[in-house]
Amino acid sequence: MILARPKTVSSILPLVWGMKSLVVAGCQECVTVCQAGGRKEVSCVAQLLEIAGKKRGFLFTIAQVTVFRQCDNEYLAPLDALLKKADACISLGCGVGVQFIAERHPAVMVIPGVDTVGGGGTVIPGVWEERCAMCGECILAETAAICPMTRCAKGLLNGPCGGSVDGRCEAGPDLPCAWEMIYQRLRKQGRLESLTRIRPPKNWAHSGSGAMRKVIREEVMPCLSVQPLK
Amino acid sequence: MSFEPKILAFCCHHCAYGAADLSGALRLQYPVNVQIIRVPCSGRISEEHVLNAFVNGADGVCVAGCLKGNCHYQTGNLRVEKRVDILKNRLSDIGIESERLHMFHVSAAMGAPFARFIEELVETIRGLGPTFGGQEREGGEQLDSRTS
Repeated sequence: MILARPKTVSSILPLVWGMKSLVVAGCQECVTVCQAGGRKEVSCVAQLLEIAGKKRGFLFTIAQVTVFRQCDNEYLAPLDALLKKADACISLGCGVGVQFIAERHPAVMVIPGVDTVGGGGTVIPGVWEERCAMCGECILAETAAICPMTRCAKGLLNGPCGGSVDGRCEAGPDLPCAWEMIYQRLRKQGRLESLTRIRPPKNWAHSGSGAMRKVIREEVMPCLSVQPLK
Repeated sequence: MSFEPKILAFCCHHCAYGAADLSGALRLQYPVNVQIIRVPCSGRISEEHVLNAFVNGADGVCVAGCLKGNCHYQTGNLRVEKRVDILKNRLSDIGIESERLHMFHVSAAMGAPFARFIEELVETIRGLGPTFGGQEREGGEQLDSRTS
């Protein structure tokens, strides 16, 4: 899932100051799981904005809505009626959600209410860790399903480096050395020969250099050229 | 006329509400500014509940739970304590005095301390004044120095 952390309301306030009608939009997917932009967080942000406004002598009209998925156009319909009347929308979805809302409603100012961090998961309730750097060229099969791009501080493809001591990374004592973990797991699986292969530099062309990445699957796309039978 | 604050107290069923009840049975006096809401456990109180109280005009909110280690549901009072700390920061962030939100721990046998805590809280909030000082107007104003 996509990890996100909430922005402070004081950083959002100057952007919406002077606007009368606001919509705070949440998303029921990833940001609900990492408790940054679900229904409850929408309610908190809306109420904090309302309190901040009242404290300064202004009344915001704030609508709250949490859609099933902000990164899918078909689920953004519940926002349409609200955004027609609104001056701005604070989206608590990830960066994708913010942009999808803005593309559907180009006349409305859409403000991100969270900072999108990356791809990760829940380790224990309240702790979410990054696991995927979305580099576009997955090598997990060779590294015993431990991602050195996110878990090694240097993002090494051929580790470990000389800074690894007792399985700990030199970047921080709390950080386990990813390559030590890879070695231990490969040893358990009896696949240590995987480490003998020197990996060439990664092809970073897949990683997002050269603007927006795109996944196209023609077999999934609607067949516009086919005419229905009469 | 002096300012009389409106304060909402969320009291857990097993300890704090019992303490409030005991202070009444002991005929102890404490200010009438406090409205008590009984909750099954103080851990039930989320950010939403507290903020909703402020939105609706509360001048102070207090969350009262069991003594540490004595929560009927093990850790509800500890969880809400952390939640209250975070919420205090979020309130200060938007310019609301963090003292308006307060948490204390009592047992059901602590009728007198409960009354004293409430008295102290009312005095603190009275000193701070109302949450929303002025008359609210609809938006449309320019950003001014008060937002920074």
